[in-house]
Amino acid sequence: MIIRGDEPDQVRLIRKLYKPGNYFMQGNEAVAYGAIFAGCRFYAGYPITPSSEIAETMARELPKLGGYYLQMEDEIGSIAAMIGASWTGFKVMTATAGPGFSLMQENLGYAVMTETPLVLVDVQRSGPSTGQATKGAQGDFFQARWGTHGDHPIIAVSPTSGQDAFWETIRAFNIAEKLRTPVVVLFDGVLAHTREQIRIPDIEEVEIAYRKLPENEEEAKLPFGDPHGDGVPPMPLFGHGYFTHVTGSTHKETGLRDVYTPEVHDRLVRRIHRKIEKNMDVYEKYEEHFTEDAEILVVSWGVTARPALGAVLKTRREGINVGLFVPKTVHPFPAERMRELAKRARAVLVAEMNLGQMIIEVERYVNDDVLLKGVNKIGGVPLTVEEILREIRGVA
Amino acid sequence: MANRIYSTYPMVKYLRKEALPTALCPGCGGGTVLNAFANAIDQLKLDPRDLVVVSGIGCSAWIASPYFLADTLHTTHGRAIAFATGVKVGLPDKKVVVISGDGDLASIGGNHLLHAARRNIDMTVILVNNFIYGMTGGQVAPTTPFGAKTTTSPYRNIEHPLQISETVAAAGASYVARWTTAHVYQLIESIKKALQVKGFSLVEVISQCPVQYGRRNRMKEPAEMLRWFLKNSVPVSKAKNMSPEELEGKFIIGEIINRQRPEFTEELNKLIDEVQEHFGLKGE
Repeated sequence: MIIRGDEPDQVRLIRKLYKPGNYFMQGNEAVAYGAIFAGCRFYAGYPITPSSEIAETMARELPKLGGYYLQMEDEIGSIAAMIGASWTGFKVMTATAGPGFSLMQENLGYAVMTETPLVLVDVQRSGPSTGQATKGAQGDFFQARWGTHGDHPIIAVSPTSGQDAFWETIRAFNIAEKLRTPVVVLFDGVLAHTREQIRIPDIEEVEIAYRKLPENEEEAKLPFGDPHGDGVPPMPLFGHGYFTHVTGSTHKETGLRDVYTPEVHDRLVRRIHRKIEKNMDVYEKYEEHFTEDAEILVVSWGVTARPALGAVLKTRREGINVGLFVPKTVHPFPAERMRELAKRARAVLVAEMNLGQMIIEVERYVNDDVLLKGVNKIGGVPLTVEEILREIRGVA
Repeated sequence: MANRIYSTYPMVKYLRKEALPTALCPGCGGGTVLNAFANAIDQLKLDPRDLVVVSGIGCSAWIASPYFLADTLHTTHGRAIAFATGVKVGLPDKKVVVISGDGDLASIGGNHLLHAARRNIDMTVILVNNFIYGMTGGQVAPTTPFGAKTTTSPYRNIEHPLQISETVAAAGASYVARWTTAHVYQLIESIKKALQVKGFSLVEVISQCPVQYGRRNRMKEPAEMLRWFLKNSVPVSKAKNMSPEELEGKFIIGEIINRQRPEFTEELNKLIDEVQEHFGLKGE
């Protein structure tokens, strides 16, 4: 089973089903349609608020496209099934929220170790534990980065609106396919349930990437080798007679387990890191507003980037030199650009819907003589323009 | 020893030679299970290219991945059946087999086992039941007999063991059989049947772990454990007329269930056809 998403029949189906134009829809639906446009034809999930509409949309739409929706018995089974399906050639996705994301962590690590492309949407909700199940939050910044055990790289993208969610989901799929790695989409309950105008493009406007397959028998025999020097091994799919062995244990380039040789572990884990570090151009993305002359820099991400932009626009009109920096790929953090911007600023404000998570990452790139301050709010209600504005004025 | 295996063992063509010799302890029942599985594949003349074998974590998980030469997926603890579900949906024309232990499939993975049986997804699960957590050092398992000694039930086990085959049959599987490693020919026949059944099939193999289980329960030698299996095995037909007291500590062997029910991947594809038909989406 190999569906790329750009086969003539899939293009015909998408054109027939989803006419380009403006629609009024939820952020969750935008994520689902983004996945469909990216070529996702396998979804395994377990219902959890506030992510359930993604599953519902996929259950309704995927069969029309010849794709598969599976409702598994729990979140652990969901990510397990999608890893199995990914090894047969499917582009796969699941969506969950806080507690479900916690349950998926072990197999997220498995996907990193076995270099399995998949997209995991975490619609962040208030926590810890059951918290405010129906309310949004941005508390999973570090769960996405360090939730699974061991030394591992991770890529996480974070959309700032419903429209953005459509495109960021497609981008997440393309990163996953190009780098043969899981990608986390850090969405949130607020945007997930906000209905707004979302433009569905023609499929021609969408870049669709697909994983590298082995070019010959020799490459297929090294499912974890590096024949092209970019750190990304071609993926020999199951069912093609390659006799591939896949294990989450430390393995050699052939896939065979070797947990006793320190060099084998070192070589494997370092390459998995290197393939992410070396291919920054595949995933690094950020947005900037008025940063050229910004003395005060607001850094924000996801849902909070919108009121942050509102606050920056308003204070600009008051003559305050304030700028906004929004990492769209939050892991790995856009360190280089952050450092440059922080050099020119005298104050950096980090606005987020938690008690201070991205600020810990930002702090690493900000000199001691710069005033660094968090603008934080929890309780399930997003930060308002006025709340951020007040903080900007406070340091102006 | 390795040379003898390569030159005289006829099933060696099904094994991943670079992974041999196996890591299994001398006297382990795992070799018997691998041998029975290879013979079943051979007798059915199945091409190993049409097989995907999935396993979880533990000694029994190693039986097929890495040792069996096919596409093999060695997964996280307890999740083999869930991984296999994704594989089967992607490759509905291939035979998907799960080989793993009782701790892996019936304890931490118990939920997936029940739900795969309920869905009646077309896969064959060979569950190796040795009553113990072997690889982690012989701790008590949900299958450990009442009163038995293990490293975490050093005085005696006060929990009742799970009857895996009966539970899976009740959950909705198409085919369920139970044998011991002392019933090799019957075991091969059951694996053959299970592989041919369209639907969820389970073959439970009662297997010996002389190192972790036998040693602590007055059966140091593998042969002693096999004699224990033979002496206490009761065929299904005979067990029907026996009281629960009489069946205490016995192994019911044979086919527990064999029936036809709608299969999951077939129904899934049928549904897609219907939906595409309904919305007029079929290709020209």
